Parts: sequence; C-alpha cells; structure tokens
Amino acid sequence: MTNLLEVKNLCVNFPTRNGVVEAVRNISFSLGKERLGIVGESGSGKSMTGRAILRLIKKPGILTADYIKLEGQDLLKLSEREMRGVRGHKISMVMQDPKFSLNPVMRIGDQICEAYQLHSKVSRKEAVKKTIEMLEAVLIRDPERVFKSYPHEMSGGMGQRIMIAMMLIPDPQILIADEPTSALDVTVQKEVLEIMDRLVRERGMGLIFISHDLNVVSAFCDRVLIMYAGRIVETCRADELSNAKHPYTQGLLKSLPQLERRVDRLAVLQRDEAWRTAPSVSGIVEPERA
Amino acid sequence: MTKELGIEIEKLNVWFGEGDTHVNAVIDASFSVKKGGSFGLVGESGSGKSTVLRAITGLAPDWSGKITVLDEVLGETRTRNFYSKVQMVFQDPYASLHPRQTIDHVLSEALHLHGFSEPDNRIMKVLNDVGLSQGFRFRYPHQLSGGQRQRVAIARALVIEPEILLLDEPTSALDVSVQAEILNLLTDLQAERALTYLMVSHDLAVVGHMCSEIAVMNQGEIVELLDVEDMRALKAIHPYTQQLLDASVQRRRVD
Repeated sequence: MTNLLEVKNLCVNFPTRNGVVEAVRNISFSLGKERLGIVGESGSGKSMTGRAILRLIKKPGILTADYIKLEGQDLLKLSEREMRGVRGHKISMVMQDPKFSLNPVMRIGDQICEAYQLHSKVSRKEAVKKTIEMLEAVLIRDPERVFKSYPHEMSGGMGQRIMIAMMLIPDPQILIADEPTSALDVTVQKEVLEIMDRLVRERGMGLIFISHDLNVVSAFCDRVLIMYAGRIVETCRADELSNAKHPYTQGLLKSLPQLERRVDRLAVLQRDEAWRTAPSVSGIVEPERA
Repeated sequence: MTKELGIEIEKLNVWFGEGDTHVNAVIDASFSVKKGGSFGLVGESGSGKSTVLRAITGLAPDWSGKITVLDEVLGETRTRNFYSKVQMVFQDPYASLHPRQTIDHVLSEALHLHGFSEPDNRIMKVLNDVGLSQGFRFRYPHQLSGGQRQRVAIARALVIEPEILLLDEPTSALDVSVQAEILNLLTDLQAERALTYLMVSHDLAVVGHMCSEIAVMNQGEIVELLDVEDMRALKAIHPYTQQLLDASVQRRRVD
C-alpha cells in the first residue's frame, strides 16, 4: 500500500486589516486508499484544508506547505495550467449544496458529458453513453429522463447523486467530499453515503470526507482527523472515535443529544486556550511495506 | 379541559397555488399542545412541518380547519394581541436578523410595536436572560457568531413576554457544541417563564431531548403521534416512523 497523497506543514493564512488570520496552521497528513474523515466545528479549517489540496485558495489567502505530494509529484510546483489537469481529472471535489454547484441553465446530461470530455478525448456519442452508465451507477432510476432535465427539476438527494456522478466520471484517484450530505434528510443521507462508499471502494480511490457530524464520520470513515482552530488536535480510527482522548473531541461527543437516552442538561463544551496553541498532531501514516 | 391547552389544531389543511400549481402542503393535521408543554413536529424536508407553524402565525394565507391558541379561535388575520402571546424563532440566524440594524434597534422595535414602557430595562434584562453581556447591545449581526445571533433571535421573541414560542429548526444551522448551549437555554427559559413550545426539527435526537410529545409528518400528513418514551424505546407503529428512527440510529456504528 502506498500513500496517494502526502501533505506536510500546510498553512493557509488570510491577511486582514486586524492582522493575519491563520485558518490552517502547520498540519501534516497522508491519505492512502482509505476513507479519511476530517471533523471539526465551523471555522476549524476543515474546508480550507480540502480546498488547499486543490490549490483553490482565493486571494488574498496565502497557501504554504513543505509539499503536497500526489503520488510523489509535488502539486505546489505545478503551473496553474498543469494544475487544471489535476483538478477533476486526478482529484475531484463534491461540495455541500448541489443547488449552488450545478449550472442552472444547462441540462444535467450536458454538464456531465462536458466534465468527461474535458479530461478524455472521446466522441460525443461515447460521452453520452458513459454519462448514462454513470447515472445508473449512482442509482438514478430513469437516467435518460434525468439526462435531459435541468437541475431545478431535481431534489436535493438527486442533485447530490448527479454531483457524485459528475465528479467520478473522469475516474479520479482522490475524491474530496466537503459536507456532501449536510443539506440532505437523514434517510436520503444514508442512500447517498452508501452510493459514494460503493463507488469509492470499487474504484480503489482515496476519499477525504469533511463533515461536522461526528456520528456520520465515525460510521462511514476508516480514520479521522479532528481539527480545532486550524490544527489537528487528535487522530484516531473512526470506529474508536467514541473513545477519543482529547477533551475537545470528548466535549463534542458529549454535547450531542441522544435519541435513546434522556439527559436533563446537555454538556456544554468548555474551551481551553491551550488547545489553540498546542502543536498539531501528525496525521501521516507510513505506508505499510508488504 | 380546553383551558389547559396552549395550541389546538383540528383538521388543518394548508395549500399553495391554484389550478395546475395547486399543492396540498398540510392535509388534515390534528394535534394539541398542553399549556407549558413541549410538542415536536418531525419529518423530512417538504413534509409540511414548517408550514404548520407558518399557518399558525398567519404566514401561510390559504388554510382551512380550526386553530385554537390559548382559547382563542383564529380567523383570517392575526391581531396584535395574538402576536403578544405567540412568537416565532426562525431557522437561520444569518437570515432572520436585519443586517443594518443593531441588536438594540431590533429589540426596541419589537417593544415599541407592542407598546411596552421602559425599553431600556427590558432590553438589558432580556439580553441577560439569553446569556449575552450588555456589550452586545449596540452591535450589528455581522459582529456576532451564529450561536450569538440565535440568542438574539430568541431574545427578540422573548422580549415582549409571549406565552408560546414557535421554534422552526432553531439549531440546525449551528455547530453541535453551540446547539447544546441553545437547547439548554431553551430548557431554562421554559422552566423560568412557563413557556409553551411547538418545535419543528428534522433531528429526532433534538426533538427527543426537548419535547414530551411528537408528531411525525410525511408528505403533509401526520402519520403518527407518539410520546417521547415510545420514541426512545424505538417503538413506532407506522413504518415511516420506524424508517426515520432506523436512519437516525444507524448513523452511529452498531458494532
């Protein structure tokens, strides 16, 4: 097993009038062919980490790192033009709300075809065929009809499946999913996660799953990074998340209301200034040698 | 008997549009909320749960059936007297506060509309009650975090001393740690002021924490009424409720 992605000392800074805001501070992690979860509250830097991997930090944001290696190749050394070949083709990203990520005035089929044809030289006919196959793969019942529809005709769950189809059609090695199911109902959430899980496994891809929902992450991922104030405060196996040691992680878990048990008062997270300044925990896992 | 009821709803129908675009959003919904009690409406998006709240407050004009609030049968329009007893807290604290009005302005406007005297004292007291220091009084919403904004939204509803709060997904836009703070705040306020809550949420755990009785809605209809003990024991009769409970429980790893 080799690591698909290795990130060393990643920082994202935003200079403002009142000084520099450090959104991500010196974090290091690796990703193999696994499902890696990144959890944290809003403002913890988890989405910025996802965007930084694709070098999608908008100015005036400043991205620095020792390296961001995709299969040994440092993405920071690529030109903007070469980077466009990486985005979508090798690493693609599913955003939170399909309503804002699909083009509202373009038919769904055409959007997916475009994504495919941009990265591989195929005829339109072949692209259409592949698109229909892909829509079937994300369990859309009537792919021909959906192909000709516009995004506003779709529900949230359908929209997110379409996004997943579009992101997976160029056969990327890594999928970054930024809160892919937060806008969906619980029952739909489950379906979308199952589809994503199956496709990622079948294709032997790496998945970075960014979410604020500890339950979903612990049920769905293999390994978890917990972020607080731009740093990784803890890393653990996802199924052991409930035994997490860091007081921040414990605090988050305790503040969740439980369905099956009655508590009079929910525990409120007591923040400790030391969490903010403590050095980041490394999320790098050395590849096992066979 | 009726004296003990805060809200009573009988055969409520709410619809939108006419002719081809006619949609029945709520169909024959009936339930009642005890005075001083908490009642939860759960369901997926589009199930009509928020529309029930909107019909009560007069934000959905086309409805039929009977809505009784504190022994007053509601007609076409809502009176000022109604709004002095019933207030609503909306889902998104980022959208429900006027971006160019200070917190002081938002609160004093509510007081002015309802003809309260001594606005200064009342504003200071309500900010204190929702756990915000006086320093927040002259700030604008963009200077506050999501949790602080939702506290302001609750303060705005509470400042005119209503008896009933309608809560439309009050914590779904917030982080879990902040959600815990707001839910605790709502619990404390209910104990202090003997408030009646009607709460809408898609999160069964949140509703289970706050409410003693729950109505499950699907496609505009109330498919099941159950009390919180049954929900905790996962004892649902209707298959849809069971499905919803399963989905909520399965999000946690079972093994």
